[in-house]
Amino acid sequence: MGYCVKPLAQITIVFGRRLLTFFVHLARIAKFFRDTLYWLLLAPWRGRSVRWGATVVQMVRMGVDSLPIVAVITFFVGLIIAMQSAYQLQRFGATIYVADLVGVSITRELGPLITAILLAGRSGSAIAAEIGTMKVGEELDALQTMALNPVGFLVVPRTLAMAIVLPCLTVLADLFGILGGLVLGAVSLDIPVITYINETTQAILLKDFLTGLTKSVIFAVIIVQVGAYQGFSVEGGAQGVGKATTTAVVTSIFLIILADLIFTALLFSTG
Amino acid sequence: MSKAIIQIRDLHTRYGEHEILKGITLDIFPNETFVILGRSGCGKSTLMRHMIGLQKPDQGSVFVKGIDLLSAGEKEREQMLKKIGVLFQGSALFNSMTIGDNVALPLREHTRLEKSTVDIMTRLKLDLVGLSGFETFMPAQLSGGMRKRAALARALTMDPDILFCDEPSAGLDPIVAVGIDHLILKLKKAFKMTIVIVTHELASVFLIADRIALLHDGHVVFLGDKAAFKKDGNPVVRQFIERLPDSEPLDGSKYLQTLIGDSFHGI
Repeated sequence: MGYCVKPLAQITIVFGRRLLTFFVHLARIAKFFRDTLYWLLLAPWRGRSVRWGATVVQMVRMGVDSLPIVAVITFFVGLIIAMQSAYQLQRFGATIYVADLVGVSITRELGPLITAILLAGRSGSAIAAEIGTMKVGEELDALQTMALNPVGFLVVPRTLAMAIVLPCLTVLADLFGILGGLVLGAVSLDIPVITYINETTQAILLKDFLTGLTKSVIFAVIIVQVGAYQGFSVEGGAQGVGKATTTAVVTSIFLIILADLIFTALLFSTG
Repeated sequence: MSKAIIQIRDLHTRYGEHEILKGITLDIFPNETFVILGRSGCGKSTLMRHMIGLQKPDQGSVFVKGIDLLSAGEKEREQMLKKIGVLFQGSALFNSMTIGDNVALPLREHTRLEKSTVDIMTRLKLDLVGLSGFETFMPAQLSGGMRKRAALARALTMDPDILFCDEPSAGLDPIVAVGIDHLILKLKKAFKMTIVIVTHELASVFLIADRIALLHDGHVVFLGDKAAFKKDGNPVVRQFIERLPDSEPLDGSKYLQTLIGDSFHGI
C-alpha cells in the first residue's frame, strides 16, 4: 500500500513546487508591472517628473540604431513572401495579387511581429543585461539609498522609449516589406510599379495598418517589462546576468507570439 | 549624552534556515564615528543594509533619526534618504555615466539648482576627495582606490548627516586603504557627521573609530571605545586583536565521519 502512495506523493510534491514557483513569479511580475504603471502614470502628478533626457537616449539606442537591421530584414521578408505567393498564383495567372498578399500579411502581421522579435533580441536582452549588471554591482542599491526608485529611474524611460519607437519602426517595416514585394513584382513578374502600388493601396485597409500599430505598442510593453524584470531578479554574478538575458529573450518572444495570437483571435471572432 | 541618531532594537534576520543576526540592540549617537567590526560572514554588512533601509528585518526595528525607514511614508522616507550617504563595498558607481555625472546625479534629481551651480558643487566634492579634473572620466578608466574616492564624493553630494561605509578599504592595497581612512578622518573633522563604518581591518579601526561594536555569531560581543577594546578580555576580542587563527579541534572519529559521510553508517 505504502509503495503505491509514494510515487504519487513524489509527483504531487514536484508538480506542486513547480506550480508554486510559477505563481510566485506571476505575483512578482504583477507587482513589477504595477510599480511601472505607478511611476509612469501617477508619480509625475506627485512632483516626480519622467526622465525625458534618458528616454531620448534610449529611443536613439533602441530605435535609430535598429533602423538598418529592421529595414533590411523586412525587405527580405517582403521578397520572400512575394516569391512564395507568386509561385502559387502563377498557376492561375493571377500574379497581380502578389501585391495584395504581401501588403496585407506585412501590415497586419509580419511587420509588427518581426520588428518586435528583432527588438526583443536586440534591446530586450540589452535591458536585462544592463539592469542585471547594475544589480550585481550594487548600483540598484545605490539608486535606492539616493532616494531614486530603480523602477522610476530605469524602467519608465525604457518603457516610454520602446512604446514610442516600436510603432515607428513598425511603420518602417511595413514600408520596406511592401518595397520588397514591389521589387520582385517589378523585376521578375513584370508588374508595372504604378499598378503594383495601386493594387497594394486598394488591398490594405487603414484598419489593418492601425491594428498592426496597436499590437506593436503591446509588444513594446512586453519586451521592456520582461527584460527589466529578468534584470532585477539576477542573482549571483556574471552567470546570473547571462541566464537572465537568455530567459528575457526567450520569454519575451514567447509572450509576444502569445499576445499576438490572443489579439488576432479577438479580432477574428469579432469580425 | 544626546539622543541616539540610530536606534537598533532586538534585530533578527534569517537567510532561510540560517539565522544571521540574533537580536542586535545598538545605539549610535550624533557626530560619532562608529565602527562595526566582525569577521567575514558575521552579518555586519547585513546589519548595515538594515540601517539604510535596503533589507527588512524578520523581527525587531531600526530607527534612523526616529524614523523607521521601512514603515515610513514615501515622502518621509525620501527626505530621510536624501540626508544619508552610502559608500558601497564595490563603489557602486554607475558605469554608464562619467564620474562627474555620478556625483552630480543626486543634485540633478533632487534639487532645482542651475546647471552651473551643480557643476561647481560637483567639482567641489571631487576636489574634496582629491579627484579634481576627473569629471569626464568613466568609472572603468579609474583605479580601485580612485573609484572608492569618487563613490565617497557621490555619497557626500547631498551633504548627508550620516555617512555609511561598507568595507571602505576592501580590495585596496594598504597604502591606498590608509589614504581612504585619512580621507574619512578629514571629513569627520571638516563636517559634523555621524559616520558608521563596517569593516574587518583592525588598523583602520584604531585610526578612525570613536566607538567599536564587535559582531560575532549574530551577537554584539563587545561595545565600547578603542582603549577598552584593546584591554578587553573576551576571547573573541583577543582573537581579533592578536590575529589568532581558529583553533582546529582534533577529533579523529568525527573528522573521519565528515569525510566518509553517511555511507558507512552500517559498519
